Amino acid sequence: MIATEDDRRGADGAPPPPAVAMRGITKRFPGVLANDAVEFEAAAGEVHALLGENGAGKSTLSNILTGLYRPDDGEIFLDGRQVHFHSPRDALDAGICMVHQHFRLVEPFTVAENVVLGDHRGEGRTFRLRQRAIEGRVAELSKRYRLAVEPRARIWQLSLGEQQRVEILKALYREARILILDEPTAVLTPQEADLLFETLREMAAEGRTVIFISHKLHEVKAVADRVTVLRGGRSLGTVSAAEATPRSLAALMVGRELGGAGEARARAVGEAVLELEGVWTPGDRGEAAVRGASLAVAAGEIVAVAGVAGNGQRELAETIAGIRTPTEGSVRVDGKALRADPRAAIAARVAYVPEDRLGTGVAPSLSIASNLVLKSYRGPHSSRGPLLRLRRIRASAVELIHRYRIAAPGPAAPARLLSGGNLQKVVLAREFSGRPRLLVAASPTRGLDVGAIETVHAYLRDAAADGVAVLLISEDLDEILLLADRIAVMYEGAIVGETSRAEASVEELGLLMAGGHDPRAD
Amino acid sequence: MRIERRLRQPRWLLVAVPAGSLVFAFFASGLVLLATGHDALSSYRQIIDAAFLNTGALGQTLTSATPLAFTGLAAAAAFRMRLFNIGAEGQLYIGAITAAATGLYLGGNRGPSAFVIAAMVVAGCAGGALWGLIPGVLRAFFKTNEIITSLMLNYVAAYLLTYLIFNTNSYWRETEGFNASVFPTAKNLPDSALWPGATIHVRGGIVLPLGAGIAVLVAVVLWVLYTRTRFGFEAQVLGDSPRAARYAGMRTRRKILAVMALSGAIAGLGGASQDGDFRHTLDADPNGLQRQYYGYTGIVVAALARYNPFAVVLVAFLIGGLQNAGNTLQGADFPSGLVGVMQGIILFSALGGELLVRYRFRLGRATEAAAPEPVA
Repeated sequence: MIATEDDRRGADGAPPPPAVAMRGITKRFPGVLANDAVEFEAAAGEVHALLGENGAGKSTLSNILTGLYRPDDGEIFLDGRQVHFHSPRDALDAGICMVHQHFRLVEPFTVAENVVLGDHRGEGRTFRLRQRAIEGRVAELSKRYRLAVEPRARIWQLSLGEQQRVEILKALYREARILILDEPTAVLTPQEADLLFETLREMAAEGRTVIFISHKLHEVKAVADRVTVLRGGRSLGTVSAAEATPRSLAALMVGRELGGAGEARARAVGEAVLELEGVWTPGDRGEAAVRGASLAVAAGEIVAVAGVAGNGQRELAETIAGIRTPTEGSVRVDGKALRADPRAAIAARVAYVPEDRLGTGVAPSLSIASNLVLKSYRGPHSSRGPLLRLRRIRASAVELIHRYRIAAPGPAAPARLLSGGNLQKVVLAREFSGRPRLLVAASPTRGLDVGAIETVHAYLRDAAADGVAVLLISEDLDEILLLADRIAVMYEGAIVGETSRAEASVEELGLLMAGGHDPRAD
Repeated sequence: MRIERRLRQPRWLLVAVPAGSLVFAFFASGLVLLATGHDALSSYRQIIDAAFLNTGALGQTLTSATPLAFTGLAAAAAFRMRLFNIGAEGQLYIGAITAAATGLYLGGNRGPSAFVIAAMVVAGCAGGALWGLIPGVLRAFFKTNEIITSLMLNYVAAYLLTYLIFNTNSYWRETEGFNASVFPTAKNLPDSALWPGATIHVRGGIVLPLGAGIAVLVAVVLWVLYTRTRFGFEAQVLGDSPRAARYAGMRTRRKILAVMALSGAIAGLGGASQDGDFRHTLDADPNGLQRQYYGYTGIVVAALARYNPFAVVLVAFLIGGLQNAGNTLQGADFPSGLVGVMQGIILFSALGGELLVRYRFRLGRATEAAAPEPVA
């Protein structure tokens, strides 16, 4: 009987109940209050952004709405009627679909197969019989919503952007009324993101509800009608996107005004520290991942490599760090050719902040103290002959934890207990303690919250000010424009363009990143 | 009831849980004893008497425990780096073969000779290390799974051991005398190759085998190696995250080879101790050395000890006692299988206890009651 009052009101011509209403949602995990009495409401026909830092509770909230978690407290209403989801299937039946950050697709299957997969209205079961009809319908949907993708292509053949389209097609095919997208632009070029936004607007115009999870302010401004801001598991209210400014949203999200875009300190740019010349490096599957890259970074300079993930940036970074062996070309540091050996790179004072923090940047089960000497344990400070100087290692760990303000239970705590930001501080503390000449930072702020991002940016700037040559590899153009002196764009393993920050425009960079200058694109 | 992951593992749990698991295991085994028509309490008293208290029991227990300490330490040394060397069994055989050859070759009948014993120790280590290096090389250079290769090599080693005595006139085989013509046996080791034991004069004299002392020494060395040295640090990093190790410039292949050789050497040392301390011959009988499964039981010992070398020695002693009691009491009203059952229950509850260290169980109603159906 709970829902009838709302129903009646809707029938009477009063404003219809919201498509989704979540009231007082509370969800606890061991040691964390992920959602604390969250209030959320989204209407039919709107794109509603859910904005918040990492760990603000966005994912938890959407997992509750999709039936993956059950809330400890609170109620969910769809069109004014209370619902109880016992499993994701219940949510699917209620017309709620989610596009996860990591796609839920079966790689060897075709697009059409993936679209009907798990569709229990019977069509999946009779797929082979009705294959043509289903493929036709998928093709029709993809045409109507401009989600260009070939229904018979296999998932593994598709780019990440195309895979995302398959996920959206899946939702459309199931006639989802409510679509949740978790940071959908993370894998897209700016152009692809614009196309996605158009599709989302169109879906909303048909009366669907689109919930758009993001921590990027300009996207929220670009696509959403209204914005609900979460911070620390609480909802801080809903504002109209048109009226909000990026600055006001950021202040809500972070809980304080952000410092202005960092003015680059005047830096004396010195001699070239890193010189890459025609470097070719194979990737994991033996393909040429880096194709003839040439690049130079001078002391005191921040050079950024922009590009969509998977265009050879990781292999380039690993080549410089000595982890990967180039087949052609030369890597020189301070004028000396670098042997392809991590030890040689460490000896040449090349610091490397890997993009994979928890598996490569630290050994997760080992203590913070151990991780802080991961590269220097061979040196005289940390060992004497074959023996470790445990007391010294511990003392310097205590000092570094203090100096870098690493929030940690102590030097003996295993690294995996740390949050992403603190983990990155451990990596930075270690890399800086080697007094680097060159710092290669690969996606150093990915997955960090705004506060931690600022800290990392400050360290990178300080390093450059101290005369370190900094090579920043990032997919985040905002970050690159904020920090870099020069910007190189990497596409399919090659450096396809280089410009100074003053001359760079987002459009031009986006075009380069998407291969717009690829002769094949003409 | 809900299961939650523990964010922190209190220190007392690390002691309380294994102790509790042991109590539980004895309780559960008691049920088995009752079900098979035994008086559980008197059975336990019998077991404890036979394992530790009777005259000569401790000496027997040390005999059972010493090889388990070696194979347990061998497993712990490799498992710490997440190299799953299941091949201690075969490495022990090979160590026994090489140590016996050394003893036979050097000869001499004027009582135990420090030189011969030292040579046997070195030979046993070398034999085990070489056998351990086979899966090591395959793993380091060809990325084969060491679990499979080391396990399969156990059978190769076992057949080799049998072959040396039963199917060929090898260096190890006794070819002279009446017995040898009736049944194939191995040559007895010369006096110089017999390892002396220290006798403690309590309860009718307990002989401490030299091997037991060496095992304790190996435990100390392992502990220092893994907690105090660069070698141990690298092994830990490699075990935890091979990518992080590569990133830090560690020599992954060398380390795999070194640890497999170390693990094999310790198991091989166990083989040498079998020759010198206990059997005084290369026991190739499929009903002898090969029926003891020291290598496999060593894995259980290492797991129970959570790869801590000192705990390995202690656990080896307790499991050795249990095995000794099983051998002594074996008979119509105490089937030998019972001890195996008890060992299984102990392992099972110890591994179950691990769960308690890592997770916590909470009793309580689910926070939401069964949801009423929405009324249309």
